[in-house]
Amino acid sequence: MTTYLAKRLLQGVIVLILVSMVCFAMFRFTGDPVVMLAGKDATYEEREQIRVAYGLDRPVYAQYFSFLKGAMQGDFGRSYVSQIDALDTILERFPATFELAVTAMCISFVLGVGLGVIVSISPNGVISRMIMAGSLVGISIPTFLIGILLVMFFSVYLDILPSFGRGDTVQIGFWRTGLLTLSGWQHILLPALTLSGYQLAVLIRLTRAGMRETLSEEYIKTAWAKGLSPAKVILKHALRNVMIPVVTIAGLSFGELIAFSIVTETIFQWPGMGNLLLTSIFETDQPIIVTYIMLAAFIILSINILVDLLYALLNPRIRYE
Amino acid sequence: MSRDKGLMRTIIASKRMQSFLGDPSGMVGGVILFAFFFAALFAPYLAPTDPYDLTTVDLANFLLEPSWMDQGVSAFPLGTDDQGRGILSTILYGLRTSLIVSVSVVTISSLVGIILGMLGAYYGGILDAFIMRTADTVFSFSTTLLAVLLLGVFESRGLFTVIIAICIADWVKYARTIRGSVLEIKEFPYVTAARSSGAGDFRILFRHILPNALPPIFVLMAVDMAVVIMLEATLSFLGVGVPLTEPSLGMMIAIGKNYIYAGMWWMVVFPGITLIGMVVGINLFADWLREELNPKL
Repeated sequence: MTTYLAKRLLQGVIVLILVSMVCFAMFRFTGDPVVMLAGKDATYEEREQIRVAYGLDRPVYAQYFSFLKGAMQGDFGRSYVSQIDALDTILERFPATFELAVTAMCISFVLGVGLGVIVSISPNGVISRMIMAGSLVGISIPTFLIGILLVMFFSVYLDILPSFGRGDTVQIGFWRTGLLTLSGWQHILLPALTLSGYQLAVLIRLTRAGMRETLSEEYIKTAWAKGLSPAKVILKHALRNVMIPVVTIAGLSFGELIAFSIVTETIFQWPGMGNLLLTSIFETDQPIIVTYIMLAAFIILSINILVDLLYALLNPRIRYE
Repeated sequence: MSRDKGLMRTIIASKRMQSFLGDPSGMVGGVILFAFFFAALFAPYLAPTDPYDLTTVDLANFLLEPSWMDQGVSAFPLGTDDQGRGILSTILYGLRTSLIVSVSVVTISSLVGIILGMLGAYYGGILDAFIMRTADTVFSFSTTLLAVLLLGVFESRGLFTVIIAICIADWVKYARTIRGSVLEIKEFPYVTAARSSGAGDFRILFRHILPNALPPIFVLMAVDMAVVIMLEATLSFLGVGVPLTEPSLGMMIAIGKNYIYAGMWWMVVFPGITLIGMVVGINLFADWLREELNPKL
């Protein structure tokens, strides 16, 4: 187990280094950073000054190592636009994205697994057929369209839910939360539903497939024969085993969740990291883009390792040797 | 002529066609798919106006309602956008972009993925480790995130850039799928028999292994088409996809989004329905294909 964990961590570090190389290459070779820093109207002398001041006159490998050294200390440079530390700028937006992602995951998990169980209990019922048809439509609507349709219905037509911003927030230490105010909950509802849409449909299908397979197994028949209550058979005996692939897939699709949070935050003007990334792309604010990529890579790799460990925890038959 | 008739009859009588005609949802999917391809192919003839010919677009026609409503004009059946372009015509041209991007991406990334995955599985060793570690990394980033980031970095904008960016993110699905099949198939006795009868690696890979590894890939290609169509729309919606000069369903919806608070729903709803319809059609068709080929996906 320890060897396995060490191996995974090492792999993770190698991937991070590769990502940092790609980031550096793009940082250095797409567009001239000197022009970005000095402005388009700078004279030749001014440009040379900047080149020396930022170390851009040194050989490429030396620049890469100082970039790597800085990155390991959390120093990714300053935003070209605001001149504020890039990592600070992004981390300030982190709570908003995190709260949105976690709320969306809770929605898709509870609803997805719940509906999946209902469908697997009576596969041919009217409700089950409706749920399955809904899940087909669910995987056929891109996230951005779900968001806009929700806005059109709940914000424009019914006019009961707000469609942009985070509402009132409360500052606790470094964390600014929107989950402690009524307005915060009203504001998070539509974005969280939007973000959960895709995963919800996938989880329904996954739970249904897993439950159908598990419910026909011998030990389930034994459980029924023993006269256990349906709740116990379905929730305790069957669902537990189905949860293993469900948790794995949910964890591995975390990259997708981050991607769709960019879309969702753009639609709802949610002040999170994804919204910041897109603005930075349009402003070619490369330090912010690079920091976002490195941070996303770090988060995704960590989650992947966590999922593997969770996998072993949920299924004692798996032993990483 | 009579030979053609005979051919048609053979196709209709074939087992696969019979199963297709016997599966209502698969057939609905196939018909939808055919209709969209047809509409995209003949867009210049079907579209009432050319939304990208600046000489015929009149800014005075901006924000018109669909023709059955009070303010509608019969020249623009589904209304117009803020530039005076007809929604119906723009949708027809946008379909072309969707289908060009998705067909190109599916073709290129499946070819790259199949070749890399097959070579990795067959030869193993460092090659396999390198290809699969790369694939794992790309996969955990997810296609959408990687495509957004790549397009954020690329300097040029265009249909080609979008296709390349999606391909870089997309080939790994194919590599992973084909790798699993090849690892299994290469141990079958008939492959050993082929090798002992003197067949070379190339012949074994392409004549003996590949044909048996393909069915899951066909299903994946069908599903992937829908995924890529949604992805292109998403990228264009975000503003990192096709340039403003190209028609795109995603961009139409992005423009329409600015007008939903004014109650002008048609700029979002019609392209949205088109997008959903196309993707549902492909998914229904893919479901039928999966049942039919029954690969272990």
